[in-house]
Amino acid sequence: MILAQANTDPHAAAGLLVVLLSATFTDNILLARFLGMCPFLSVSRELKAAFGMGLAVLLVTTCTCAINAALYWGVLQPLEAYHVPAESLKLILFILVIAAFVQLMEMVIERISLKLYFSLGVFLPLITVNCAILGTSLFMVNKELRGLEAVGYGFGSGLGWMIAILLMAGIRQKLKKARIPPALEGPGITLIIAGIMAMAFVVFSGMIKI
Amino acid sequence: MAAPDTDQTARGAFLKQLWEENPIFRQVLGICSALAVTNRMFNTLLMCAGLTWATTLSSLTVSLLRAYTPQRVRIMVNVLIIAVYVIVVDIVLRAYFPQVHGQIAAYVGLIITNCIVLGRLEAFASQNRPGPAVCDGLGAGLGYSAILLLVATVREVLGFGSILGWPLPIPLARWTIMVTPPGAFFVLAVWVWAARAWALRRQARAGSDGAGR
Repeated sequence: MILAQANTDPHAAAGLLVVLLSATFTDNILLARFLGMCPFLSVSRELKAAFGMGLAVLLVTTCTCAINAALYWGVLQPLEAYHVPAESLKLILFILVIAAFVQLMEMVIERISLKLYFSLGVFLPLITVNCAILGTSLFMVNKELRGLEAVGYGFGSGLGWMIAILLMAGIRQKLKKARIPPALEGPGITLIIAGIMAMAFVVFSGMIKI
Repeated sequence: MAAPDTDQTARGAFLKQLWEENPIFRQVLGICSALAVTNRMFNTLLMCAGLTWATTLSSLTVSLLRAYTPQRVRIMVNVLIIAVYVIVVDIVLRAYFPQVHGQIAAYVGLIITNCIVLGRLEAFASQNRPGPAVCDGLGAGLGYSAILLLVATVREVLGFGSILGWPLPIPLARWTIMVTPPGAFFVLAVWVWAARAWALRRQARAGSDGAGR
């Protein structure tokens, strides 16, 4: 029903684009919300690994955000009228959906394509504890996005994360030849670069208001 | 990953987590929330209390249940145990600090996937007796809190010119960047840099004393 409403609304397409763009750029899940930092720091050494991780995050965020939106707005929230603590239970619901989805994903990918399995497979278990995934679902509830908008938000924030880690991996590959103070090597310099990148993304922030 | 934990005494585990293996400085784990909630010291204090509570008690629970948890579903069980404690934090915050809850609610929920908590459960609590496990969890929580407060102090003093909401008597130019996301990255980077430089210097001195290098 929610989906049907979104389709008939003439402003829905424009609204969807705004949600998608803001999730990718102005409200970048990594650089403005600081989520998914651990894999961002540890997997961004090589461009190839960063691409695999980014793709896995994009896939899982989009799907789990859509599933969680459907379950939360369709099942859990209506139950609040019967004194079910939806606000608290959503945490357990979301983490279970994410863990189950990742497990399923791993099995399906292994069946369909071994090549894809070996390029994505290593990153999938890591994803259950990637806070960007759970964070996207939680922000989806905060922003009250439903149906297609939730899918758009999930896709946008996954894409934003992927762009950020690819940029970082590119920069870090160049950095290998740079002379950095020994104490600053590794996480220190990566944090400073992330800060500069965040400044660049702050520029987008006046462009879209939702 | 972290080195295998050989020191299994309660005191040793506590101190090791607090400084030597400090989750943020040494392992650079769980910094998502370290960056997001640190522009006000009061929010940071509540967040730290929540995380310390969650690590300590979930360490205890996991350690008590370690003989009964099947290996295959271990991570799922651990995540659910953490989730229960995080929900308690969420409810307490909503009841007593509704305003702060509005600002940091999403990040409190994210304690569930915080790598520090899960990392301690995996590396220590699931293999040790309850006593040391509690100390280990408490140490990790307090070590994390100490760094967060360092970052938050710098950000609030420079960004808002206040400490815990009380304006400082000296006039300070406000640094807008400290309030915005990039400021968090820079402040944490500088602290990590300082901690590593200090550790490296100590290591060098110990090396020249011991091995005559």
